[in-house]
Amino acid sequence: MDVHELTAGYALDALDAHERARYEEHLSSCEACREELEGFWSVSGSLAVAAGGPAPPARLRERILEQARSERPNVVPLRPRRLRPRVLSAVAGAAAVAALGLGLWANSLSGDLDAAEERLAILSDPNARIVETANGEAQLVVAPTGKAALVVRKLAPAPAGKDYELWVFENGVAKPAGVFEEPGIALLSRRIDPGQTVAVTLERDGGVNAPTGAPLFTATT
Amino acid sequence: MRRRDLAHLSDEALVALVSRSEESALGELYDRIGGVAYGVAYRVLRDEALAEDAVQEAFLGLWRSAGSFVPERAKASTWILTLVHRRAVDLVRREQRRRTEPLDGAPEPADGSAEEAAWLRLERERVQAALASLPDQQREAIELAYYGGYTQSQLAERLGEPLGTIKSRMFAGLSRLRELLAEGTETSAWTYTS
Repeated sequence: MDVHELTAGYALDALDAHERARYEEHLSSCEACREELEGFWSVSGSLAVAAGGPAPPARLRERILEQARSERPNVVPLRPRRLRPRVLSAVAGAAAVAALGLGLWANSLSGDLDAAEERLAILSDPNARIVETANGEAQLVVAPTGKAALVVRKLAPAPAGKDYELWVFENGVAKPAGVFEEPGIALLSRRIDPGQTVAVTLERDGGVNAPTGAPLFTATT
Repeated sequence: MRRRDLAHLSDEALVALVSRSEESALGELYDRIGGVAYGVAYRVLRDEALAEDAVQEAFLGLWRSAGSFVPERAKASTWILTLVHRRAVDLVRREQRRRTEPLDGAPEPADGSAEEAAWLRLERERVQAALASLPDQQREAIELAYYGGYTQSQLAERLGEPLGTIKSRMFAGLSRLRELLAEGTETSAWTYTS
């Protein structure tokens, strides 16, 4: 049986445990199935809405929160702060998600709590401006403070030994603004003024001081 | 964090907060999604206690693992409902409850309607209308699978059809629903209650 054919059954939870495991393994290496599943999942979400059914008993909310409280860790683990803005495979606020049209969620926020908080603040700022890049594959979200994040929708992960580097043009000169490795949400290390251009190039691991190649994409605020 | 502060956040931002053990964010997500979650769990399980268990386990799963989400591509609300539905299906298969019970249509919501946002009611009607417009065999396959908790192999046996036929019906039905539901609304705003 062709494993691609399991997408509909997977989205409907109609696979047995064995088929489910097999499909999930396949999913990790099949972009076409992931895309198809994305569409089917939104349908199954709609089927959930259409289910009807009675309202939950009021005690359920408290039951859940009580249990959560009892499992709550006393200390949120803090890890050593990273020097470069590492892209998380996604925090997303109202602005970014509405703009993205596809869901991204927190992959890991434990790496750098301050950066995560900043991303959250930018993306959920109702007054943030959103600029599409020229190729339509990323969006720049700029908070009124000038803090900005680039939401990269489609991009192959950087090859070994390489990073994507962010640039902000100041008076025609490209200033480095951080590196990232894969699609997701990258926080810019420089503030953006209206009219400035942001670009991304592929550079050697860790980034360089001046761009060496043509920009992969650009956005002008 | 105060509820007022959470109201303007997206579901995805709330999930990010949940991953940092922000309890009020979990409560806010429950307030947004818990009703639909319980509704679908009840539809599958036909039992209040089991439906509560399914919802509770799914939300606690979210609480424990929000920080390690695999970024597959769905909205946070869809992802949470997927957790709930899967849990419900696993429970129903274990309980084998529905084997002896008729599978009727969507029950009328009991007393949630008064509080329920009008657009949620509209969205439900829209999806039900889309389902109703499918060819009977496709609708049957989707309803038995999603609301009945049957595996595709069990469906093939129950309906006396080859497995390939069942898979084709589910695929065709979901594809058609995707088209029908994409018309008109680009964003389903039902989780944004602020």
